Parts: sequence; structure tokens; C-alpha cells
Amino acid sequence: MSRRRSQAIARARLLGTLAALAAALALAACAAPTARPLTPLRQADVLWLERVDFGLDGHAVAEYRRLGREQYLAQQLRPAVEEFPALIATQIQALEAAQSEAAARLSALQERRKAINAMAEGPDKEQARKALNDAGNQLAYQAIRLQLLRAVYSPAQLREQMTWFWLNHFSVFQYKGDLRWLLADYEEHAIRPNALGHFRDLVLATLEQPAMLQYLDNNQNAAGHLNENYARELMELHTLGVDGGYTQQDVQQLARVLTGVGINAGAAPHLKPEWQRLYVRRGAFEFNPARHDFSAKVLLGHRISGNGFTEVEQAVTLIVQQKACARFISRELATYFVGDAPPGRLVEAMAETFQATDGDIAATLRTLFLSDEFAAPHAGKFKDPMRYVLSAVRLAYDGRTITNTRPLLDWLNALGEAPYGRQTPDGYPLVAASWESPGQMSRRFEIARAIGTGNVHLFDAEDGGTATVTGFPQLSNRLYYEAIEPFLAANTRAALDQATSPQEWNTFLLAAPEMNYE
Amino acid sequence: MSRLLTRRRWLQLAAAGVAALGCGVRLYAAPPNGPRFLLVFLRGGYDATNTLIPYSSSFYYEARPTLAIARPDPALEGGALALDPDWALAPALRASIGALYQQRQAAFVPFAGTQDLSRSHFETQDSIELGQPVGGTRDYRSGFLARLHGVLTSQGSAAVAPIAFTDALPLAFQGPDQIPNISLKSVGKPPFDDRQVRILTTMYAGHPLEPAVASGLELRRQVAQAMQALSDEMNASGRGAISIKGFELEAERMARLMRDSYRIGFVDIGGWDTHVNEGAAQGALAANLTGLGGGLAAFTQALGSEWKNTVVVVVSEFGRTFRENGDHGTDHGHGSVYWILGGSINGGRIAGEQQRLERTDLFQDRDYPVLNDYRALLGGLFRTLWGLTPAQCATIFPQSAPRDLNLI
Repeated sequence: MSRRRSQAIARARLLGTLAALAAALALAACAAPTARPLTPLRQADVLWLERVDFGLDGHAVAEYRRLGREQYLAQQLRPAVEEFPALIATQIQALEAAQSEAAARLSALQERRKAINAMAEGPDKEQARKALNDAGNQLAYQAIRLQLLRAVYSPAQLREQMTWFWLNHFSVFQYKGDLRWLLADYEEHAIRPNALGHFRDLVLATLEQPAMLQYLDNNQNAAGHLNENYARELMELHTLGVDGGYTQQDVQQLARVLTGVGINAGAAPHLKPEWQRLYVRRGAFEFNPARHDFSAKVLLGHRISGNGFTEVEQAVTLIVQQKACARFISRELATYFVGDAPPGRLVEAMAETFQATDGDIAATLRTLFLSDEFAAPHAGKFKDPMRYVLSAVRLAYDGRTITNTRPLLDWLNALGEAPYGRQTPDGYPLVAASWESPGQMSRRFEIARAIGTGNVHLFDAEDGGTATVTGFPQLSNRLYYEAIEPFLAANTRAALDQATSPQEWNTFLLAAPEMNYE
Repeated sequence: MSRLLTRRRWLQLAAAGVAALGCGVRLYAAPPNGPRFLLVFLRGGYDATNTLIPYSSSFYYEARPTLAIARPDPALEGGALALDPDWALAPALRASIGALYQQRQAAFVPFAGTQDLSRSHFETQDSIELGQPVGGTRDYRSGFLARLHGVLTSQGSAAVAPIAFTDALPLAFQGPDQIPNISLKSVGKPPFDDRQVRILTTMYAGHPLEPAVASGLELRRQVAQAMQALSDEMNASGRGAISIKGFELEAERMARLMRDSYRIGFVDIGGWDTHVNEGAAQGALAANLTGLGGGLAAFTQALGSEWKNTVVVVVSEFGRTFRENGDHGTDHGHGSVYWILGGSINGGRIAGEQQRLERTDLFQDRDYPVLNDYRALLGGLFRTLWGLTPAQCATIFPQSAPRDLNLI
């Protein structure tokens, strides 16, 4: 409560600053009559844009001012083909992980394993094992690099945020099984293309991904050898939520529906003729009727007769159509974008859109971003580490292309939110309480210092070559004066005034409350 | 609302001059000889059945054709260690926890856990860490260790300093007071000098995050100092040559901080969700247990004479299915086995309610039942450890009667 009040006071104070700024801008407009006068950004605009994007950069602010809120949002919800800065596009194209698909990768991996197993024990075999392991690490890092480059530079910022959100929602951990070889395929082919699409398509896309099937053990789930791991998380974490109205009985029934859903990167199995027409194969995804439990099931009170992979589609459709699913997904989205305890009315409105549009994610987000609750003055959303690091880098290096993403990954590791680094399938927490503890804040300030002083090798070549650019970033840039400086609190200004060097000034700014909330 | 409380509470404490220091953060210096408590949370639901082996159950050997660990056999070097006629300790823990048990410094409580039946990791972990009655509305800003700390603070013991050895503050420590957290997996030099610490803290004056910022920066400095002292000591004693890694190193650092400054600690260890290829006497679970046991042994060593004032409890969200699954692993179950360790506990025994473990005895035909509720169990320990009143116990674990298992 007191926080609201003090924010209101700060806001009133800012309005004064704002009026002065508007006057200054009006003067500037008079001085240069050919330039189209732009209305200055209001703090509400800044907060809105910061949350829809991974923080601000010059391009986003310019687009927002050119298009206005509704048009900007429309463009973000249905993004056109992205245009990256040339240097970034080249980097992305050069990544091996971005090229091939899971099936090719898995079969190559299996070949390599076979060759290694055939070798006699000894140093050569050890060497080969190590090389294979290194190759896996390299591919996983490339997948992360791809994700981070897109997150910093893609003009489709909302799609990138949603890609992160869904990767976290359908979380997988890189160090299980062969996942390091499968991550890029998972993100590029299942998550990103569906990030703003229909929820059912997204669930089914993850269900057909070798990464998910290995991570939650469903490749081991067969008739007579039930493994209920994936079935449980599919309902608890992916669709309905733990209070979503299903029982242990439903978990077992869904596990039986999912028997035979697995992975095969090699030749199709020999099947009895009556099973051949039920066999499904897409890439390395396989539905093998010989491993399926064909008896009838009852899921959430609905009978599902045993007829093969259509059971799975039927079950997923049934699950995502539950009101509980609409509410669960809406609440998660609202928690991520609005705050820890999102208003019930907002969640209900989103859930209604979700159900009315057959789970259209973009439509649900539109309800969210144009709601009064999202636009209303609020306490500010505390940035999780991913948002903090990305927004700081986007601000500090606005318009410059970094060549080395290792430091970003190091910072995310230090803050405990590295991509593909969550061991458990629940994904990283969305609530502020998880990220604002004393230990987190002091780590965050260390990272503010690292970014602010520029000693971080963002411009080194990835292969360890020397830096092409050195020096610290210029944070007091145009973007700063346009979108940040007008809204700084007195305490922050006082701290900045005490800085004895530009590097220290950068550090204080990046550590300030204004940079930790959006 | 709770944020307001946080701040007000903190200001009260600071104003009361509870060891106020520098930028206004309480710097803890625990007087010697007071009780210390460490909660170790094994996240993922560790397989208690292959840790404390019910070797008198013939059904155990039927239900786990590939996972069962052989009956203790004195002739068998390095096999399971018989603790009593029914239970044996996993070979992986023989050298570490087995040795403590033989010195009566370790006890086990089988059939322990929560009444929560969701069999969900996250639901059950949350439920345990909050320590509130199952089935009621949850208050996510009130964990049981935070309530324990609150009770002890209001009792007037200034030196019950709590700390979480984790990257993020665990639910168990969520509450009105700002509890510090720091992971000790790796520690380095503090990045800010005193002037910078002052400016950064002042920048957050009056902000809801002020206590977190102040305490975080101070703790960072304090830990860097303590770790410097530890590494100097280790180099001096020639132990620098031995490379201590992983949880063992972390546990030694934890012991140093708990010996000198902190009284209530929390640490969690992941990787126990063994659905596939769990292994038996050797394998994935055994490797995890070896690391855990080694770390806890290092912790007891590093505490030195303070080990006799320390109690460690090892818990997990649930046990696993009694039968192995189709993938040489086990699935989510219910009852677990908790460990109680301490330099002066009444150990060397299996405590609490027990029952037979044959085919018809399983809970829902798949798991251990819960006969020893964790709230009653921990409530009983806390009561003895700190001499708490019934009202104080009820604050920590509402609607739960503390049970004395005569462990302390």
C-alpha cells in the first residue's frame, strides 16, 4: 500500500518533469520546423513497451512512436519476417545447430556412439568419447546462443519473449540424455513457430519432440511397462495445473494413452500388417502401435477407445478445452507480464478469450496487453534475471552488434536462470519473490558492474580471438534521455551524481530500481 | 501488505539496535554453544527404500527384481550395513552416515512425510516448506523456518541468525523478515568497496527492496572474509593439496558459516528423481548418496566442537513406488525416510511408528504410508532444541501436536 502511495507521489513529481520536457521538445520542434513533432513518451508508454519487449532499444521506441500502441501490438502479435542487423544474420546462419533437424542429428549421434563402442578400450576410445561429449556441449551452447541473439536483436520482440515463456513452460534440461543434440530443433521447430499460435498445436508440437519425450521419459512408456512421468506433467505443468481437476487415476489413464509415443531415428520397425497403417513417423518422432496399450481408457470422465495415435490427439484436445486449462494458461501469462498476484478479473477475461478463440495465444495476449489492468498504474513488474540481463544489454549496446554471447550466459548462470538449465520440469518461477532475495540482489549488482565497466568481452570473437571493440558502453545515450532520464527517482539521481567515473555511473544506473522493474 | 510488514519489521529491528552495523544490516555473531539446525532438502523425491533398505521384507526382493540391494552379509565387503533386524543402510552411505550411526549420531525415521497426496514434486515441496495444514488456503509468504526464526527472535534470543545456502530464497524462509541467502558453490572477492556499498544501499532507501539490497551487499562482504579465512587455514594445514569438490566443499563452507555466525540453515540438493536406470548398490542413486553422505560427513568435521550443538535433518518431498517400474527406475510415491543427525542426539536407532512391508501393507498398493507426520516430528525436535512453549510450537506448525521421538 505504502509503495503504491510513494509511487503515486513519484509519478506526480514526474508529471512536473514531463511538462518541462514537453515544453522543451515543443521549443525544439519550433527550432526545426521540417521535423514532424513527436509527442514525448509518457511513463505509461515506457512501462508498456518495456514489458511487451525485452526492455527498450532505440528501434522499438521509434516503432512505437511511429505506429502507436495498437498498431505496434498488432505488428508484434503477427510479426512479419524478421530483419536482423547484417552481422547478427550472418552469425545465426553460421550456427550448425540452426541447420539440421533432430532425426538427422540423432542418427548421426547413434552412428558415432556405435563406432565408439566398437573401439578397443584405451586412450583413443576415451578421446573419442570426450570429442563426442564436447560436440554435444557445443551444440547446446549454439542453441542458447541462437536464443540470446534473437532475444536481443529480433524486431519480433514479443515472439521472442513468448518463445522464452513457452520454453520455460514446456521446460527441458540440457544435461539429460541426448538433449544437447535436440535443443535447437525443439526451440526452432516446436516452440517459436507456435509461440503466438494456437495452444493445442503448441502442446502437440512439444509432444512430438524427441527432446520432450526423452526429458520426461515417455520414450520408455509402453504397454505393460507404464511410465507416468510425462502424463503427469502434461496435465500438471503443461495444461491444467495441479488443481485442474484431474486425479491419480487420470494420470494413469493418460499414461496408457501415451504408450508407444516415442523416438526412432533409424529404420521403421517390422510390424504386423494390421499395425502398419497405425504406425506414425514424423522425423524422429514415432508412434509405435506394437508398444501401445489398445484397451479403452476413461480420461477426465470421457471414454477414449483404443485406436492408436488418434487417442493422443483426442486426449490433448479434451484437455486443452477444459476451462481449467484456459484459466491456468491465462494466469501464468498474467503472472509473467503483470505481476505475482494478477487480478482475477483480468485472468477471467483472458480465459474467456482463450476459450472463445480455441486457444489462440495471440488473441489471449491482446486481451492482456490492452486491458485496463495492464495499462493501469501499477507497482511495476520486477524483472526476472533473463529480462534484467537482456534489457540491460539492449540499453547499453543499443545499435551495436555483439559477437560473443558467452558473458550473457555466464550472467544468467550466476543468477540461476540459464536457458535449458532448469533441472526440474516446472520451469523457473515467474514470481518476483524468487528473484529478489539478498543473494540475488548483490549478484545482480555485480552484473550491473560487469556490464557498466565494459570489461566483458561481448565483442570478442566466439572462438576466443581478440576483441574487435573495447571500452565501456555509453549509457547516457539518446534512448536514456528519451525514455529513462525523465522518470528517475530522486534517490537514483543522487546516486548517479556521486559517481566518480562513467563506468561507475553506468554501474549505478544499471543497479537502480528503475532498471530492475518494468 | 507483506512487503510493508517486511520493511516495518526490519526497521524496528534495526532501530532496536540488534547488532546494527555499518549500513544498518544486522551482523550476526552467534555466541558459542547455542543450538544449530540445518535442514537439507533432497529435491526430486529420493528413493528412501533403496537408502534404508527394508531387508526383512521378502516382498522388497520380489517388487524390485533389478533394483533390490542384497541383504546385509558380514562376509560381503562393502555391502549393505545392517542397522537392526529390519533395516539396513545402502552401501553408498556405509562409510559416511553408517559411521555416524554407529557413534549414535545418526537416526532414521521411516514412514515419514506429509499428508499431501498430490504426488507432484512441486506441490509437495511447497507444501512441506510452507508447513501449513494440508487442505487449507496457502500463504506463500510464510514458510515454517521463517516462523521458527520469528518465534525465536520474539523470544528475545538475538542470535538465531538464519541463512539459506541457495541461489534463491526457499519457500521455507519466506516471511516478514528478510532472510539472507547465498550459494556457496563458488565464492569470490566482493566487487564493491565501502563507499560504493553505501551509495547503492542509499539508492534503495525507502524502497521495498532496501532490506534485501543492504543485507545482500553486507552478506557478500562477510562471506568473502570468512571464505578467505577458511582457505588460508586450509592452505596452512597443507590441505590445499587435496582438491575437495562439489557438495563436500560446499558443506565445509556451510559449516564454517554456521559455526561462526548462523544458527538456522537451509540447503537443497537436486537430482533424485530416478524414473529411469536408478541403479542398485552402484549406479545413479548410489553416486548421489555417496556425494551427499561425504558432504554431511565433511560438515560434521568442519563444525568441530560445535557439532555437539548441531542437529541436521534430511528430508525429501515423498518416497518412491515400492515396486520398480518398467525402466529400472521408480515413480512418485508417498512416505519417505527422514534422517536426523547430530553430535549429541540419541541416535543409533530407527525411530517413530513402523509397520510391516509386505504386499498387502503398501499404501494404495504402491507406496510407504506416512505414519510420522513431518510437522509433528520437526515440531517435537524444535520444542526440545529451543525449549518452546505449546503456543510457540503452534505458531510454527499450526494445528499440529509436536511429537517427541526422544531423539534429543
